[in-house]
Amino acid sequence: MSSEALLELAGVVKRFHGLAVVQDLAFNLKPGEILGLVGPNGSGKTTAINLISGVYPIDAGEIHLGGRRIDQLAAFRRVHLGINRSFQVPKPFRGMTVAENILVAAEYGGGQPDQEQILEEVGLTAERHRVASSLTVNHQKMLDLARALATEPKILLVDEIGAGLNPAELNVVADLLLRLANRNIALIVVEHLLKFLNRITDRVLVLSAGRRLFEGTLAEASADPEVVAAFLGG
Amino acid sequence: MPSARPDQIRQPPLRDGIILIVVLAVIFLVAPKVYGNQSLLLVMMTFVALAQGLNLLYGFTGYLPFGYVGFFGAGAYGMSILVLHAHVPAIPAVIGGGIVAVIFGVILGPLLRLSGAYFSIANLATAQILLLAVANPSLTPLTGGPYGLKLQQVFAPGAAYLTMLVIMLLATVIAVYFRRSRFGLGLRAMTDDRVSAEMAGINIVRARLIVWLISAAIAGLAGGAYAWSISVYYPDAVFGTNISVFAIVFALAGGVGTVIGPIVGAILLYALYNAIGITVPQYFELLYGFLIVILVLFLPEGGLSLLRRRGVDVL
Repeated sequence: MSSEALLELAGVVKRFHGLAVVQDLAFNLKPGEILGLVGPNGSGKTTAINLISGVYPIDAGEIHLGGRRIDQLAAFRRVHLGINRSFQVPKPFRGMTVAENILVAAEYGGGQPDQEQILEEVGLTAERHRVASSLTVNHQKMLDLARALATEPKILLVDEIGAGLNPAELNVVADLLLRLANRNIALIVVEHLLKFLNRITDRVLVLSAGRRLFEGTLAEASADPEVVAAFLGG
Repeated sequence: MPSARPDQIRQPPLRDGIILIVVLAVIFLVAPKVYGNQSLLLVMMTFVALAQGLNLLYGFTGYLPFGYVGFFGAGAYGMSILVLHAHVPAIPAVIGGGIVAVIFGVILGPLLRLSGAYFSIANLATAQILLLAVANPSLTPLTGGPYGLKLQQVFAPGAAYLTMLVIMLLATVIAVYFRRSRFGLGLRAMTDDRVSAEMAGINIVRARLIVWLISAAIAGLAGGAYAWSISVYYPDAVFGTNISVFAIVFALAGGVGTVIGPIVGAILLYALYNAIGITVPQYFELLYGFLIVILVLFLPEGGLSLLRRRGVDVL
């Protein structure tokens, strides 16, 4: 195992009813690094996030966090160790207010976060007393992120946060993710918006049919014939 | 751990909970002095306790236990067997009944892996299995088999009444705790979204099991006190499915996930049951069915949701 890697995946496999949706997935992530996870629909990006966060169990392989094997741990234990995530379709506690959503994670997440700072950071201070179900989808995505930050993660898995945002909103989110990385939080960002990804990522991992197709910079990926073929269906 | 600040969490004031508990205690302490039918009042308290115990589970975790009566019956038989075969005094035996129900809850803990209707039906089946087990003629020396049990030697209706009052108040205190505490906040989160609750760091398996066992204990204690109060009973009297159905309907009618809802639902509907059902039961059945239809159609969150819709934060 690499000594400086925070997260390490080796030979990770996930099957649904015999169909392998993630195959032999392996990569490392360093503290403060932003890794883009890209690929066509159905390539296994969100499944990879679910495997790392513990929403799904893996069928083979190993996942290590800071040298400790975590793939057998329940999701809430991984949260306590420093892994958290947002969701492609936001999943706030819909019956709770914004402040209560963050409070739950602050109370149970194992950290001692500054909840006011988190609210301010994601731009939800003015919405703090609003019930989550009454928020716009974009605000719900920010609330997902805020709830994850309230557990003081070392690794944040961000699943398609940019979808539906206008360019100005995308810039705000990009700035936020870069600030988090500057605080040494490692990020894995699943995204289809390559321009957005290009602004924030150090490297990307391209998946196709559950397998790693390419790893490098986004510019290199764009020039790779196999990657282009995977995206265009060639 | 950072503590919850008052402006961060919407929760009813503790004062409301204390007032409710005191009012409930006074009503049921005074009621026997102005209304002669103490056994009816005891059964009413039994249903308040059961509706509240069921509310703890359904209202705060989303598990609807159709076989909730299994814990009630386990408590009744546990208490009675302790009195009859171990010669334990009545009040410790009632506590023993609660412990028997908790043990039954631990055994049935794996049911919590199920969800929705699967859980409800499996739970109903376990209660029926327990009924068939205690009613088995081969167990007559221990459980009385189909002939039931007699507890005349400890018959003390006044003490049984006060014991049931304490159990009802205990269930209410726990419900107030669930509404106001960090633990209750976690339960709300779990009910809202299980995956997100895990991502907030909540150990949902442990939290559900704790609530399940507390709920079992309330039903077991109520079963023990009920057996003590009636002193002679057949298996059906403490394992009848209608007991679960009443507890569910009473809790739903008032409003689950609240403290007051199951109390109001149980008191009003049990009073209605006695006002109409005992003399002309066919009207009660009609009313009962009509009520369920009305609830499902217009008030799926219970009667108190009328107040909630007007912005009143109901305890």
